[in-house]
Amino acid sequence: MRSLAVWFTLVILGIGLLFTAVTIPFGSPAMSDMDDYFIAHGQEQTGANNIVTSIVFDFRGFDTIGEASVLFTAVFGVSVLFRVRKKEEDYEYE
Amino acid sequence: MIDNLPFLVVAVTILLGLYTILLKKDLIKIIMGISIVESGVNLFLIVLGYRWDSIAPIFTGAPSLAMVMPTVQALTLTSIVIGVATLALMLSMVMIIFRYYKTTDVSKVTKLQG
Amino acid sequence: MSDCMSKLVRTTADVMFLFITVFGFYIVLHGHLTPGGGFQGGAIVAGGFILLIVANRLEDFLKWFQKRSFQSCEVSGLVLFIGTALAAIPLGYIFFKNFLNGAGGLFGQAVPFGINSGILNTAGTIPIMNIAVGIEVLGGLSIIVLYMTSGIRSHEEGE
Repeated sequence: MRSLAVWFTLVILGIGLLFTAVTIPFGSPAMSDMDDYFIAHGQEQTGANNIVTSIVFDFRGFDTIGEASVLFTAVFGVSVLFRVRKKEEDYEYE
Repeated sequence: MIDNLPFLVVAVTILLGLYTILLKKDLIKIIMGISIVESGVNLFLIVLGYRWDSIAPIFTGAPSLAMVMPTVQALTLTSIVIGVATLALMLSMVMIIFRYYKTTDVSKVTKLQG
Repeated sequence: MSDCMSKLVRTTADVMFLFITVFGFYIVLHGHLTPGGGFQGGAIVAGGFILLIVANRLEDFLKWFQKRSFQSCEVSGLVLFIGTALAAIPLGYIFFKNFLNGAGGLFGQAVPFGINSGILNTAGTIPIMNIAVGIEVLGGLSIIVLYMTSGIRSHEEGE
């Protein structure tokens, strides 16, 4: 019964995704005003030849701060999971 | 139809990942499914910003000035790093689960069922 | 895990580590001119460290590099990144202002607009942030694999 519901969901999602995939026009994006502005003015405003780098570190720097914080938090979580335990300090399951 | 081949690849990749997440019982395979869905989403972002006869948005020795959209590539960079971080966290949790249950089958990890 | 790989693998890993590290730092430093940047270059250098971890014994690796040095790499990278962004405020600009661009000093050479051949001394604070993020990703990815490897080891020895 559960497997039947899963297959039903997959078929519905598959029809939706494939129908969307054949209807989106490829190679000619509809709205590209922001990107055209970045390509036209990014070099004189940031001085970097690589527009992607100038977006990552200058135009959208807050994104990069959040991303660096997420990486730091993930490393913190891994280090907490694998910390060295004493003999009597064990997981309290039973 | 054949022009939309990148979008079809994105749809098939996301469907394969969802199939793996929904129908497999092993935790490692579920994590593989999550990673596959994430690859599909990254590919979708990159494909969405493509323009015909364009080059990568880098001015160093560029052959022409027609360039693809750079914002989606920057967001994909963010997405990839966050994907690596969450993948490491999920795999660590699976290692802790395996240490105490001696299995990674989700139907046998039953302590929380009471 | 207690055994290391053969001498052939270890020697190849030791030799390749130098080239991988140099290539990674090249990618980090040229992030504003060529494809690449802090994240990609940091991941490449971390790949070199991971190659050393899987090729050698863990005790040998911990004799060469300590866990604390990777941790301080990561923390100093994050602090340098946020500090570069914050340094614009005392100078009278807004947060994340590219105050070094065009100033003539470090990374401050004026860039020729349009298609050019690439000058390394341009782009203001972007190369500094590239280096900061590169150091952070280097420490972060290396220490994730280091923690997971030592987790396997303590599991095998402890029970």
